[in-house]
This record gives sequence, structure tokens and C-alpha cells, in this order.
Amino acid sequence: MERVPILKIGEILLVSIQLDMSDQTALQLQEDLAERIVATGCHGVIIDITALDIVDSFVGRMLSSIASISKVLDAETVVVGMRPAVAITLVELGLSLNGIRTALNVERGMELVADARADEFPYDDELADGSDDDPETTSSP
Amino acid sequence: MTAGIDLDQPHAQAIRSDEDVVRVRQLVRTVAVAAKLSLVDQTKLVTAASELARNTLVYGGGGGVEVATVDNGRRRGVRIIFADSGPGIADLNLALTDGYTTGGGLGLGLSGARRLVDEFDIDTGVGKGTRITVIKWAR
Repeated sequence: MERVPILKIGEILLVSIQLDMSDQTALQLQEDLAERIVATGCHGVIIDITALDIVDSFVGRMLSSIASISKVLDAETVVVGMRPAVAITLVELGLSLNGIRTALNVERGMELVADARADEFPYDDELADGSDDDPETTSSP
Repeated sequence: MTAGIDLDQPHAQAIRSDEDVVRVRQLVRTVAVAAKLSLVDQTKLVTAASELARNTLVYGGGGGVEVATVDNGRRRGVRIIFADSGPGIADLNLALTDGYTTGGGLGLGLSGARRLVDEFDIDTGVGKGTRITVIKWAR
């Protein structure tokens, strides 16, 4: 069975699916990703499906599961690069990619992950660099 | 892979494993490209084939597929026949309902595949196995 590689780029895990996955390969990817999220502490997962010429109900369900699993493991998943024909087919198939964030390309996906993180933890940056103008520390003695 | 496929001959592929479902997708794609289906129609047909091939494997206990080009005098199309000698489908109306599943999936395989093709014919009965014929016409 072939395996889909998972790359770590900074704080993000990047999965670029380049092969026509068998169902077993798709399930394996789900497990591998969950393990890598925990092992690396990454808060973002980007799944690039540019190379996929179809997404059927099995792969669609896998993408939804990955999004839910990563959420539980404190990571945000963004699916990027869906082809127009794939999007049209998915809708007609009746698949709603529940809970999945999407972006047009990897770059926008990375912005989305960063934004989602910033919304959730607005003071992360200030705490991290310990700057004096932190609103939390200056307003309350 | 597209080059050199003989469109006058039907192409057969056994469905016995996960990898065979991948092979069915690739075969259908090749024939659909050769038959000059549009990109969206190719995508719809390959997606439908993927759903039905998986059903053949999971519910039918394996079987086979035959992919051929057809011509109705006005248009060319691709016909795929999925056949298994599994338990058959007892309640076809129920099986064709969105969201109904006995296999732990999403229940979109049969109903979704039917929406993605132009013609959909199913011949099944308890103990008789299942034979599904689909056609997608070039526009």
C-alpha cells in the first residue's frame, strides 16, 4: 500500500495528495495525520488536493474526519486546490464537506490557518514576545 | 495511457480489492477521455464509477466491470456495467435513498452515482446478485 507523505513547514503540516488513493491509503493518511499533529504540536493542517481529479464520497468523508479529528487535537484543517470540475461533481453527488474550511491555494490556506489561530488566541503574540505594550499587562496593575 | 486505447472493444476489469477500485477509475477515465467527454462529464463519470465499484466490492463481495463506448446515432457515450453475484438488494427504493446505508458509509454511493450519469439501470434481487448499467453521453 502506498502512503501519502506529510511535510512539516514551520507550524503547519502540509499534505499534498499526488496519487489516486485506494481507500486503505486514505484511512492510513487519517491515522498518520492524527499522530503527526500530536507529535509535532502543529496547530494547522493544509491538505492540497490540486492533483486529485475526483473526490468521491469516501475521500470526502475522510476529509471531514480529518477536519474533526484535528479540531479535537487543537489544529485547524484547510483543504486547498479543489478543481472546479471536482467541486461541481461533489455538489451533485450530494456531499457537503461538513466542517471543512477551504481555500483556493496553499498560500491562502496558510493565511486562513494563521487568522483562525489569531482569532482564537488574540494575545498569543504579545505574550510570546513579552512586549510592554501588552493590553492585558498595562491596563491591570 | 490515453493513447492507443481501442474504443471498439469493451474493456474488462475485475473488482476484488481496494487497488482494483483505483484501476476501475483509471480505466473509466481513459475511455472517457478517448470518447471526448468534457472535463466535467469525465469527472462525474469517474466519480460515479468509483462509488459503484466500491459498492461492488463492499456489498457485492467483489465482481467485475465492463467499460465500452456506445453510440446512439446522435451522440457518443461511455457505458459501464458493474456486476457482482453477491446477496443482491432487497429494497431497491430504500437503497436509492440519500443517506441510507447498511455499510457504515455516507449512503450517497448509489443515489449520488445515479445523479452523476445520464442513464442508470439496476437489475437486482435477493440472491440474484446485482448488475448496474450506467451511461454518460458526450454533449
